[in-house]
Amino acid sequence: MLGRTLREVSAALKQGQITPTELCQKCLSLIKKTKFLNAYITVSEEVALKQAEESEKRYKKGHSLGDLDGIPIAVKDNFSTSGIETTCASNMLKGYIPPYNATVVQKLLDQGAVLMGKTNLDEFAMGSGSTDGAFGPVKNPWSYSKQYREKRKQKPHDENEDSDWLITGGSSGGSAAAVAAFTCFAALGSDTGGSTRNPAAHCGVVGFKPSYGLVSRHGLIPLVNSMDVPGILTRCVDDAAIVLGMLAGHDPKDSTTIQDPVKPFTLPTLTDVSKLCIGIPKEYLAPELSGEVRSFWSKAANLFESEGAKVIEVSLPHTSYSIVCYHVLCTSEVASNMARFDGLEYGHRCDINVSTEAMYAATRREGFNDVVRGRILAGNFFLLKENYENYFIKAQKVRRLIANDFVKVFNSGVDVLLTPTTLRGAAPYLEFIKEDNRTRSAQDDIFTQAVNMAGLPAVSVPVALSNQGLPIGLQFIGRAFCDQQLLKIAKWFEKQVQFPVIQLQELMDDGSSVSEIEKLASVSLKH
Amino acid sequence: RIKQIQLEQDSGKSLHDELRSQTLIDLNRAGVGLLEVVLEPDMSCGEEAATAVRELQLILQALGTSRANMAEGQLRVDANVSVHHPGEPLGVRTEVKNLNSAKFLAKAIDSEIERQIHELENGREILNETRSFDHKLGCTMPMRDKEGKQDYRFMPEPNLPPLLLYDTASLPPGADPQQVINIDWIQERLPELPSETREKLVQQYGMLPEHSFALLNEVGLLEFFQNVIKETRAEPKKVTSWVLNIFLGFLKQQNLAVNESPVTPSALAELLNLLDRKAISSTAAKQVFEELWCSEGKTPSQIVLEKQLELMQDQEVLEQACHTVMEGHPQVVM
Repeated sequence: MLGRTLREVSAALKQGQITPTELCQKCLSLIKKTKFLNAYITVSEEVALKQAEESEKRYKKGHSLGDLDGIPIAVKDNFSTSGIETTCASNMLKGYIPPYNATVVQKLLDQGAVLMGKTNLDEFAMGSGSTDGAFGPVKNPWSYSKQYREKRKQKPHDENEDSDWLITGGSSGGSAAAVAAFTCFAALGSDTGGSTRNPAAHCGVVGFKPSYGLVSRHGLIPLVNSMDVPGILTRCVDDAAIVLGMLAGHDPKDSTTIQDPVKPFTLPTLTDVSKLCIGIPKEYLAPELSGEVRSFWSKAANLFESEGAKVIEVSLPHTSYSIVCYHVLCTSEVASNMARFDGLEYGHRCDINVSTEAMYAATRREGFNDVVRGRILAGNFFLLKENYENYFIKAQKVRRLIANDFVKVFNSGVDVLLTPTTLRGAAPYLEFIKEDNRTRSAQDDIFTQAVNMAGLPAVSVPVALSNQGLPIGLQFIGRAFCDQQLLKIAKWFEKQVQFPVIQLQELMDDGSSVSEIEKLASVSLKH
Repeated sequence: RIKQIQLEQDSGKSLHDELRSQTLIDLNRAGVGLLEVVLEPDMSCGEEAATAVRELQLILQALGTSRANMAEGQLRVDANVSVHHPGEPLGVRTEVKNLNSAKFLAKAIDSEIERQIHELENGREILNETRSFDHKLGCTMPMRDKEGKQDYRFMPEPNLPPLLLYDTASLPPGADPQQVINIDWIQERLPELPSETREKLVQQYGMLPEHSFALLNEVGLLEFFQNVIKETRAEPKKVTSWVLNIFLGFLKQQNLAVNESPVTPSALAELLNLLDRKAISSTAAKQVFEELWCSEGKTPSQIVLEKQLELMQDQEVLEQACHTVMEGHPQVVM
């Protein structure tokens, strides 16, 4: 049951094949079994069971709220959840209990979703590994998959089985792992430079980044106000579409959301791609790109072409400036956004009270990790009067150029762009931490962050397994506010590639439902 | 002229407790909307500045934007003062803060102007600093805070989309009226502003413009005046004179606000009616007013009766009184 799609489980609930409480308990039990993944910071067991109970009452009366009623979901721990600790994986907010729900959380709860818990992340969503949080790193479930382990047996390694575990990518690694390990059917992440798509690719799940302004950020503890969006992680594109339908639309509490109301929609199934034009940005053929990913990218392009679509090379000429530009703008906004954490009203406060300034300094030194403090310092530097023009203003101008690159390409008749999501598959933790957070972010965000600067929708879809047995994802980038069309194309693609289900035999409750789905997974892009 | 308007959010207030070496942070007004109005350096003395501020206060009150009470901190004013010789560019300015009344504002500016002139004439320079007004000493003092150039490291707030103002001509067709700002629409709905009120007073009651200013300048005085007008048959000019000269005089003497006045509009109206139908002389009326001010609850008519202040109207009685006086003082009559 846990291996099913959201739509399937919802149908099962409606038909009475399973009750919300049973479903909730199964997920809770699996969360306990997969505790070593460290995907969850807080498991809201009591709350979840209560919500499941209420959902059950609704189903009994035949008054279910919709497709999400009774469905277990998880939320990244940088979204405010009323009455439930929200930490952003930082000491600064340990023990902080928000008095309100983020709008997107509220919308899910209003639809009857069952909140399993708050997922782990890089501290304040800064990072691309989910390794730099105050509650420890998140482990990629694929580290324990049959597919990966079998490949590794070919190369004898450490006796210590767990020393070579893989990162999930980040910063929404906990959400990605939670979905990948079947502990929930959908999870909220956030995406500022790729933080939803990156871990989705590494964990073999769908990671969707909506257009900026489509989904409310109210209650999402901000990193970069002009780039953050709530992200959706699910096991298939259709599920992401269901969730998007519930979340999108104007929020008076977020003045950066578009004015138009959005209704839930059913994603139509695309059968004919011959009218599509797929763009392949040539600047994304980076030298660091692994041969395998490049090969999958190429095969995907060929797949579209063989089905009648027009596939052309396009150019996004300012791509090479985008990392630096992103860095300047991101750190500047971080410097501003982190100023609210001063120990006065909420969160951690140090013991020093000699003076206000001394209190601020000690609180912030104690509350933030190196990564956060580093970005604050960098941002403050760029915002100094003498630097403002040369760094901040310049970066804003470059941002405009980057956004215009995309506009030009889409105006020339391209419907979507197809690019890799990451340079390679998930790295082992010990390998990953050899470089610092900033270096890794600069490397790993390469295909994803320009999208945030342009505010476009994008989705990472798992394509196939690498030679090491690890998931590889590819990214589709769509036109602004054409999220539905983007998902429609992604859904078609997903059906073509038939990405294999992760085999976590020893963890699954009922091995039977896993093998059912394994039979469905026949054609894979690799063969 | 207004140079710039900024909409801000108030932050908290710090209270420094030197005794216990601690700082208390008051967040009660955090998040409250602030309107910062920057005026051009068009004013040249304390009185001009105070008048400009007073007018701004009246406008804000008329609009309902703020009660703009300086003493309660609802309106805070910082003065930027500089001096220069005619024809030369503006001199170095100092910022004077901590002004909590229009009166102190005027005094502070004038004393700062004096100070700057004195400094310059003695060959010294003006520092671009922040000073506070010490009303006991009647002059400005440098503020202790290390106000050295603070680099605030501001950046444009990404959560605030640009505010576009349209007028009826430039309004995009089919725009949702809830989502655009049409200044013509707002203009049509403005309540009566002070300048309009004053104009009306001059037209309606034939008073001098100065009188209209005076009526508006004192809190509650216009309302008092209008209430008296309602209840009296006396000529508006009479009412104006009584309100501005006698009534206001008494208030100022005892440092009272209009709403603390022991004399109600009805009482004054009644008094003016008596005067109007010549039941009492104007001298007597003033006496009655004095009495009204001091004693609670008595009506003018009662006081007139008590003090026997009625004008005698009876011809015969008056003739008799004149005869009595003339007979009593023959030498003077001759």
